[in-house]
Amino acid sequence: MIKVKDLTKDYGNLRAVDNISFDIPDSGIIGILGPNGAGKTTTLQMITGFMPPTEGEVYVDNLNIAQNSLEIRKKIGYLPEGSPTYADMNVVDFLYFIAHLKNVHSDILDKRVKDMIRTYGLEQVVGKEINQLSKGFKQRVSLAGASIHNPEILILDEPTNGLDPNQIVEIRSLIKELGQEKTILVSTHILREVEAVCDHVIIIDKGKIVADNSLEEVQSSFHNLTQIYFEIQADTDRLMDEFKTIPEVKNTQLYDKEANIYKLYVNYAKDKELRPTLYDFIKKKDWVILEMRRHQQTLEDVFRRLTEKDQEDTNE
Amino acid sequence: MNNISSITKKELRSYFYSPAAYIILGFFLLVTGWIFGSHLFLMKVASLRNLFGIIPLIFMFLAPALTMRAIAEERESGTIELICTSPVKDNEIILGKFYSSFVILAIAATITIFYGIIVSFIGSPDWGTIIAGYIGLLLLGGAYLAIGIFGSTISKNQIISFIASFFIILLFYLSDKFLYLMPGWLSSILRFISLDYHFQNIARGVIDTRDIIYYLSIIILFLYFAKQSLTERKYE
Repeated sequence: MIKVKDLTKDYGNLRAVDNISFDIPDSGIIGILGPNGAGKTTTLQMITGFMPPTEGEVYVDNLNIAQNSLEIRKKIGYLPEGSPTYADMNVVDFLYFIAHLKNVHSDILDKRVKDMIRTYGLEQVVGKEINQLSKGFKQRVSLAGASIHNPEILILDEPTNGLDPNQIVEIRSLIKELGQEKTILVSTHILREVEAVCDHVIIIDKGKIVADNSLEEVQSSFHNLTQIYFEIQADTDRLMDEFKTIPEVKNTQLYDKEANIYKLYVNYAKDKELRPTLYDFIKKKDWVILEMRRHQQTLEDVFRRLTEKDQEDTNE
Repeated sequence: MNNISSITKKELRSYFYSPAAYIILGFFLLVTGWIFGSHLFLMKVASLRNLFGIIPLIFMFLAPALTMRAIAEERESGTIELICTSPVKDNEIILGKFYSSFVILAIAATITIFYGIIVSFIGSPDWGTIIAGYIGLLLLGGAYLAIGIFGSTISKNQIISFIASFFIILLFYLSDKFLYLMPGWLSSILRFISLDYHFQNIARGVIDTRDIIYYLSIIILFLYFAKQSLTERKYE
């Protein structure tokens, strides 16, 4: 659906996007994840034709954005960062205005506006000025504007930024619903958002892609170790060293220690089952297990490792 | 409905939904009413000539005030991304903005016909000159507005847009005011590019195609600059 090839954007001396390439499939929700300033917004602005790339190409449905910008814009619904709207307009006027701009045919114009009001739950605010609405409603109005021409592709730049937890859940479930029939590209710096809504994730850091995979693959790519979290009560100073005497244990990390209570992680190779051994070992030492659980690596861990690794590479 | 008229309608609506249009029209009426009234009652002159002398100066403030938000506000609030990622051409955006501000300016000019009617009751004005004066005002105002729209594309800050537009208009307005200091070849060029020189020609009642072509050229040139400046989109 979308093909990005060697895309680069320079702002003066600053390289905001550095030679990135990726393919977006025909359906599903794709997350573009990265810290603030990673180049997410710039990438999306180039895909939507808002600004031209310094180098590289963007294809949407096999059309090149440099030659077919207007045609491509008809296929894309774009929610810019901060969800800007014309604050002095009322909701209905805004939707009609956007519908006109998106060339919605006059035969279906009224129906589309009504559909959007229903889909995004705007019935109670239709006559109100947009600047009187809560942030959550403003976001819905923006989303309604972005999808009013029933585009094949929705590009949403930080769609839940600045919303309260309930509003975030609402917007996410709206996005999930829309993702069943459309291709959705969501940028975010919130890892939980990607975990909550996306099927596929592209991680960008300092203008470069550091990972481009399905969510499961990205999460499991760093899972060659099993990590067990322990809370142990033990009257010894050498607890950490004692663990190292077990040959299968790759390493241990002390997380916290209060009086004689240790909180630690024990890591070992993924293909082994070491839990019975660890249990027997602790029992023999006469220590008390207060807690023992397998630690699931979150996307956050993966993300931190990916971006830290990149940091080391640059330092070298 | 095409893109230009959608944008024009939307812009007109926001002029009248906010106090902007009323303040600008009110200011215009106040100043023109005062000039007209003082000439009529104090100097006992029943003519629109003084009015046509002063309106180009008032428009110098009014036009940038009307256009300063056109693109600058869209950039400041981020709605420029909405409009520029819709299937709308950049020149349609510029034209929509230009037409809407022109409508407001034309309303302002039209209101002053009221003064003409008053004059016709107490004297016998030359309607030919007056009509020519109005044509001149609309052309001159259009040129100011085109410069104003260009000024609005160069900054996110409306105040900077206003000042830049005002300064460009002032340069074009004053270009024939210091001709006695200039060498001959330069003075004819400076006179030709002067916004005021051509208006004075028309306001005398002589509608010359050269003057009309001059104003249309200025309008097209600055709207083209505005379009190019918008297309550059160095927004960061």
